[in-house]
Amino acid sequence: MLTRRSDLPLKNDATSRFLPWLVAPMVFLCAVALTSVFILNGLIGRWDRDVSGTLTVEIAAAPGDASVSAERTREKVEQAEQLLNAFPGISAAQALSQDQLIALLAPWLGNSDLLKELPLPALIDVTTDAKSPPDLGALAAKLAQSVPGASLDDHRVWLSRLIGLSRSIEWLAIGIVLLIGCVTSATIFYATRTGMAIHQEVIEVLHLIGAPDDYIARQFADRAFFLGLKGGILGLALTVPTMAGIGVIARRLQGGFLAELSLPITGWAAVLVLPAVAALLAMITARLTVHRVLAHLP
Amino acid sequence: MVQFDNVAVRYGRGPEVLQDITFSLPAGSFHFLTGTSGAGKTSLLRLMYLSQRPSRGRVVLFGRDMAVAKRYELPALRRRVGVVFQDFRLLDHLSTLDNVALPLRVSGASESDVRKFVPDLLTWVGLADHLDAKPPTLSGGQKQRVAIARAVIGRPDLLLADEPTGNVDDHIAMRLMYLFEELNKLGTTVVVATHNENLVSRLPYPQIHLEDGRLRKR
Repeated sequence: MLTRRSDLPLKNDATSRFLPWLVAPMVFLCAVALTSVFILNGLIGRWDRDVSGTLTVEIAAAPGDASVSAERTREKVEQAEQLLNAFPGISAAQALSQDQLIALLAPWLGNSDLLKELPLPALIDVTTDAKSPPDLGALAAKLAQSVPGASLDDHRVWLSRLIGLSRSIEWLAIGIVLLIGCVTSATIFYATRTGMAIHQEVIEVLHLIGAPDDYIARQFADRAFFLGLKGGILGLALTVPTMAGIGVIARRLQGGFLAELSLPITGWAAVLVLPAVAALLAMITARLTVHRVLAHLP
Repeated sequence: MVQFDNVAVRYGRGPEVLQDITFSLPAGSFHFLTGTSGAGKTSLLRLMYLSQRPSRGRVVLFGRDMAVAKRYELPALRRRVGVVFQDFRLLDHLSTLDNVALPLRVSGASESDVRKFVPDLLTWVGLADHLDAKPPTLSGGQKQRVAIARAVIGRPDLLLADEPTGNVDDHIAMRLMYLFEELNKLGTTVVVATHNENLVSRLPYPQIHLEDGRLRKR
């Protein structure tokens, strides 16, 4: 397809020079948008998996000096654990140790000995039965009644907002990809029309000696495919190091959210196939454009 | 082969450049199309090579009424018509060989056929040494011979030549006319538009004579 003979001198056109440079940034932007979609999708999935079927019960630190507070808090924790383990729909309830609490706070407050002296709230990690989940309203009421200072957090409120935001960004990115596709197509459309205007005389000769419209359209389409592929590969060449660079920066960051900022294999496949998609889009657009213009000839 | 009934052509809102043209060309006939400059010869040829639709009247080509022919049918009909344009219309970026090969390639001929037939024909028209030459490097007469070779390479059913001998000397002109006669003997219907009275008088073929866009008997 790339070496097929052409009767039209399309290789010397101005469009041959600028088209790849227009397609390249389009493919780059598309790749960035697609990468965002896949990464966000992965993050949402991970968050969802992590919190589905789990609850957290927080018990505020009891008042008093450190030793009294710790003792009274521990009693509340044991009371809450007993209540939770007996509640229908709960598979397990396990309080987090002091070290686990400190590890959770360390990214924000540092790994200081001072943390051990602070009256930290206790956290109980609760696993629910996926088949018959507990009545969260009844559980929250019973906890509040039986264990003063206990509160139930089912993660869903903050997670649903986060997922909502992520989904919006995801749709925005998909919209951007479609928009880029439309802009690329429009660029090819006008480039093809310009090419047809430049080669009007040659096209007329081919038309008059009996060339079917598709004979002419194929020559433009082949050229557009080649230029689209060239631009696509150029765009991909810009994308891969950029993505790799962002990946390296993300891995250097500490914190639970960004630890899995990696592109899944399907994401890489989608990005790698972009040059071919750009080339096919260019080819189809050019072919349809030529057919549309030639339809006006007698 | 070709049937015109009360055909007229008007460009835009201008006057009719052809009026009430009625004639028919039997298959295998040879005609000269004569008339002064501006008489409408090129417009008449354009109707026959399907580059122009009549403003009124009926054109029937190869038994097909052009008024009802679908657009997708026209390329196949055009491939049955060989045209020598007055301004040659050679493609400057292609070699002589590739210019002449165009009708074959458009009709899907193999490259082996192209390599077999095109050099032979170019040899016949005296351009064997110019297979790879580009039209801008050729003289007017050489271009004209390339244009003729391109028109006849596909062995068309109808050959239309607009002033095909305008840029060549009498010897080459007669040689080209013999080529048209050979094609005519093989069954091709030939119409040669020309100003060359000498040529018309030397060959025994009927004339279609145009004056001010109308047919006149001669």
